[in-house]
Amino acid sequence: MHFIKGRNVIHDFADTDENEQERVVRAIAGIDLDVKEGDFVAILGHNGSGKSTLARHLNALLKPTSGTLWVDGMNTAEEENKWKIRKGTGMVFQNPDNQIIANVVEEEVAFGPENIGVPTEEIWKRVEHALEAVGMMAYRYHSPNRLSGGQKQRIAIAGIVAMRPKCIVLDEPTAMLDPTGRREVLQTIRSLNQQEHVTVILITHHMDEVLYADQVFVMDDGKIVMQGTPKEVFSDVEQLKSYGLDVPQVTELAYELEQCGFPIKKGILRIEELEEELAALYQSGFRIPKSK
Amino acid sequence: MKNITIGQYYPTDSVIHRLDPRVKLFGTIVFLVSLFLTDHYLGYAVITVCLAAVLKLSKVPFKMLLKGLRGILILLLFSVVFNIFLVPGRELVHIWFLSITAEGIRRAIFLGIRLVYLVIGTSLMTLTTTPTDLADGLEKALRPLNKLHIPVHDITMMMSIALRFIPILMEETDKIMMAQKARGADFETGGLLKRAKALIPLFVPLFVSAIRRAIDLANAMETRCYQGGEGRTKMHPLCYQKRDKRTYCIYAGYLIAIFGINRILVAFQILPFLFA
Ligand SMILES: Nc1ncnc2c1ncn2[C@@H]1O[C@H](COP(=O)(O)OP(=O)(O)OP(=O)(O)O)[C@@H](O)[C@H]1O
Ligand SMILES: [Mg+2]
Repeated sequence: MHFIKGRNVIHDFADTDENEQERVVRAIAGIDLDVKEGDFVAILGHNGSGKSTLARHLNALLKPTSGTLWVDGMNTAEEENKWKIRKGTGMVFQNPDNQIIANVVEEEVAFGPENIGVPTEEIWKRVEHALEAVGMMAYRYHSPNRLSGGQKQRIAIAGIVAMRPKCIVLDEPTAMLDPTGRREVLQTIRSLNQQEHVTVILITHHMDEVLYADQVFVMDDGKIVMQGTPKEVFSDVEQLKSYGLDVPQVTELAYELEQCGFPIKKGILRIEELEEELAALYQSGFRIPKSK
Repeated sequence: MKNITIGQYYPTDSVIHRLDPRVKLFGTIVFLVSLFLTDHYLGYAVITVCLAAVLKLSKVPFKMLLKGLRGILILLLFSVVFNIFLVPGRELVHIWFLSITAEGIRRAIFLGIRLVYLVIGTSLMTLTTTPTDLADGLEKALRPLNKLHIPVHDITMMMSIALRFIPILMEETDKIMMAQKARGADFETGGLLKRAKALIPLFVPLFVSAIRRAIDLANAMETRCYQGGEGRTKMHPLCYQKRDKRTYCIYAGYLIAIFGINRILVAFQILPFLFA
């Protein structure tokens, strides 16, 4: 049973161009999508490839122009499912400032549960648990304005966690953060996935954030063009590059070495892997080919 | 912008801080009513004593309040001066075409006291109540207005969101200002018109960014199932404690005292003698 299931999902935006002419932008052009419950899915794609549009569909913020999308067995196009879907699927956005509503951290985390009518005592429990889960308990009574970007983003995540969702969709949550903030947020996301078994859909531009995913989708021009485990996806460096994407540095190095004639296996993601691979090569008596 | 006290919270723990926000809102109204009911020195003496007592209890330093007064200094001066010179009555001094009357001095003093106390009273409320509490209090206190189809919850929600975004937009204004200055914009020199014009490249990007933020925030609120005030629960529901009820009793006593003094003085016609 798939938690998210999409069949030929298409989304058109009506837009006007520079000459005031009406035109249609096809942001999603026929996507078939299957995500298992509890999976960590990463979505890659260059700017304008339709990632955010897809993310908004998973939360019923947008409805498909045609095709059908089911989240937790509910059709997102049906109005009566809207709030149930949003209750079960939380969303974290890119800009940490623009998604915080309250003036105190704990009230911010309580906002979602308050909206869905959770009784007061239960809210308290959930807020404490959520703040614990993202490691921000110490900032409970602080004003969100004084926190760092990474901390704000963790509060935003806590606000979703407190709603007890089955799935969290994160749209480039680390794009505006420094390396420390990124690490904090990524760790939080991973631990949610592993400890609380929340299905995670992470949209990102950072290749190193993809390595922990169970599944990677690569989007281009509104379509999913590559799909598989990180290893599978990163084995095809050329194809990835043709979609305007980078690969992790190690993968790049391994790829270049292979191009130079080293018989190295494809899809190397970690430094240790490449190390082993090279050591094995050396032991087997392989020497640098002179020709190139 | 930095010396606006109204709307600023002074974090400390005091009896006043702990009161229910509705009690404080109502208290502020009672205080304002009493200010405008009173028309003689004895009444103001009573009000002053009460205000001083509340100030002491609130642990808010007097300096904070003075800062708030700076904002109304000009208004205060204007109204006092106008009253001294323009109120007709028994003439005391005559300078050129202006005359100072006993009536005028009395009115000016009362007006000054009213204005100053008004600012102190309202600042005391905001200094001792967090914005969130204030919005919650307003929402609950004004709930009857829902029957008149006034969207009380929406209004208070907007209030608290505005409060959250004020510092963010201020910071943004600074950033845009610096960016425009780096491009050679000049905000400081020139006549009024020129300076007003210089503000356009400041406000346009600020507006665009504010709207973008608003769209983002609306999305974030919707994904978190915000559907207005209906069916919402609260992490900190407001409910009256014993101390709140006692405070309401004090209000009643206070109003009766002020009203009583007023009545007695009028009844015995003491007013004209006191200031004749
Ligand atoms: N509200 C809208 N109205 C019209 N066109 C839109 C709208 N939102 C997105 N688009 C268009 O849809 C396409 C996909 O946009 P989307 O935001 O989904 O891309 P993205 O992959 O998230 O890009 P980025 O990496 O920059 O976030 C783009 O061509 C964009 O211009
Ligand atoms: Mg996007």
